[in-house]
Amino acid sequence: MNASSSPLYAKRRRRNVITIALAYGATGFGLSWLVVILAVLLWEGFSGLSLAVFTEMTPPPGSAGGLLNPIAGSLVMTVIAVLIGTPLGILAGTYMAEYGRYDRLTTIVRFINDILLSAPSIVVGLFIYEVMVAQMGHFSGWAGAVSLAVIVVPVVVRTTEDMLVLVPDTLREAAASIGLPRSLMIRRVAYRAARAGMITGVLLAVARISGETAPLLFTALNNQFWSLNLNAPVASLPVVIFQFALSPYRDWQKLAWTGALIITLAVLALSIIARILAAQRKTS
Amino acid sequence: MLSTGRRSVVDVALQGSGISAVHFDRAKVLQRLRMGDVVFRHLTRAAAITVLVILGGIIVSLIWGSLPALRTFGVSFLYEEVWNPVTEKFGAIAPIYGTVVTSFIAMLIAVPVGLFIAMFLTELCPMWLRRPIGIAIELLAGIPSIIYGIWGLFVFAPFLQQTLQPFLISLFGQIPVLSTLFAGPPYGIGVFTAGLILAIMVLPFITSISRDVFEAVPPVLKEAAYGLGCTTWEVARYVVLPYTRVGVIGGIMLGLGRALGETMAVTFVIGNAHRISGSLLAPGTTISATIANEFTEAVGDLYTSALIALGLILFVITFIVLAIARLLLLRLNARVGG
Repeated sequence: MNASSSPLYAKRRRRNVITIALAYGATGFGLSWLVVILAVLLWEGFSGLSLAVFTEMTPPPGSAGGLLNPIAGSLVMTVIAVLIGTPLGILAGTYMAEYGRYDRLTTIVRFINDILLSAPSIVVGLFIYEVMVAQMGHFSGWAGAVSLAVIVVPVVVRTTEDMLVLVPDTLREAAASIGLPRSLMIRRVAYRAARAGMITGVLLAVARISGETAPLLFTALNNQFWSLNLNAPVASLPVVIFQFALSPYRDWQKLAWTGALIITLAVLALSIIARILAAQRKTS
Repeated sequence: MLSTGRRSVVDVALQGSGISAVHFDRAKVLQRLRMGDVVFRHLTRAAAITVLVILGGIIVSLIWGSLPALRTFGVSFLYEEVWNPVTEKFGAIAPIYGTVVTSFIAMLIAVPVGLFIAMFLTELCPMWLRRPIGIAIELLAGIPSIIYGIWGLFVFAPFLQQTLQPFLISLFGQIPVLSTLFAGPPYGIGVFTAGLILAIMVLPFITSISRDVFEAVPPVLKEAAYGLGCTTWEVARYVVLPYTRVGVIGGIMLGLGRALGETMAVTFVIGNAHRISGSLLAPGTTISATIANEFTEAVGDLYTSALIALGLILFVITFIVLAIARLLLLRLNARVGG
């Protein structure tokens, strides 16, 4: 009775109420951005969504058109980037989890990989510009795909290592006890046990690169026309959005919003599928 | 027993190679398996080393590319403000200033908000709501930065221009230091807007790492504090935060690394003006925005080289920040593990 009316007690209670209110407020603040951004995207992008967006080329200012060539360019470069980056990432992750789990090399690679994971993507663009574009003398789709692959690698390395470490050692011992060589044990037993997690990693990597703009700006550049020639500049959805959004033409800006909606829906779908896969792994 | 064991190995091996299991030479097959083992091991090792090679390649190519600019301008490149492609005079201090200031604004907002959200998720939120809210915050991290850019340019900047910025200008107009920081006219785009958008972008990183380290606090410690009659705030402030300090700082540094290197969202809203203005509301530029805006239009080796030198500075700064972040988080993991 006495304690509850003391000024100290009242002060502590007041402070507690204020901070709890702040915590609720902060959460509402954080979540509201997701709602606001998605709402604006749907509002601005949905009205421009039509069949023409997927069947026509990017238009010159003032006429109607679609986003077929950047969508195709993005898809091709993403596929190539995944084809290059995934095997490399899985092999590196395999070494770190299976062969050299306590190696010095593994410790260093893990540290460097974690830094590459958050390194500015524009620097990756400069790197590929220096080693590919400057050497070849022109911008190209290959350079764009390779710069995306450089971003895929650390994501896949990280998830592969994490997932393989979670595979119980009893599985490995069982495989070894029937005389399976180590490389076969890894490929036939460990990979199979960690498959869902590794696929999740690849999906997350695809989600990451499908919105990447900075590394493409001066590797793949852009292309107004239909071209899947990877030795020439290739259009990509993010770069077209960048160019169109900053243009003064109303119909280009409209297409930029539609493109933004397509990318966001694709990325959100990918990350939700990845999450469901990861959750299934946990429950099974 | 031994022979069946061996047969199974050989069968598995042959399954992949497509040779019929009827005719085989056991010694040969075992020899091949051994070879396969060695090859696979070296292949994985080479892939792991490739990760190091990528980092090395980035560093070497950036240094190589920036040599002409660094030779021409020397150390003065770091503190000169002039950026003139026509006379080919370049200095990096304006973009460096922009990068540092936008990131600072971002952290100023995102750190307290992120910590409060993490506190909400670990202490206050009902169990059934924790996963959905956590996922929603992480989806915020998944939205590509170009989306933040286009949204910032068309929606957020005009909104700020009409509401928050005039309010700040009139609010701080009479106060000595703040009146310079928030001197007018409200452009909408500028350093302040870029900082706010960065804050929204790094918020999920800080939140999810803080939540993870908060969850690692042994319940016994918290229960003991609650048992003594501590309030939720006191538990968070005097038990959870001191226990997780290293991890929280690691998470903050990770968010800072992201903010420093963020390109597209900033490029849209910063205004790309190569000058240092006393007012936060004025247009400015950052390292990444300068590169994104000017690289494809850069004519002349010196101009290109100056931009690559900017990239090198950015990489060095983010590398140091991210390395500190990882070392702190590693130290935390070692402690939790041991």
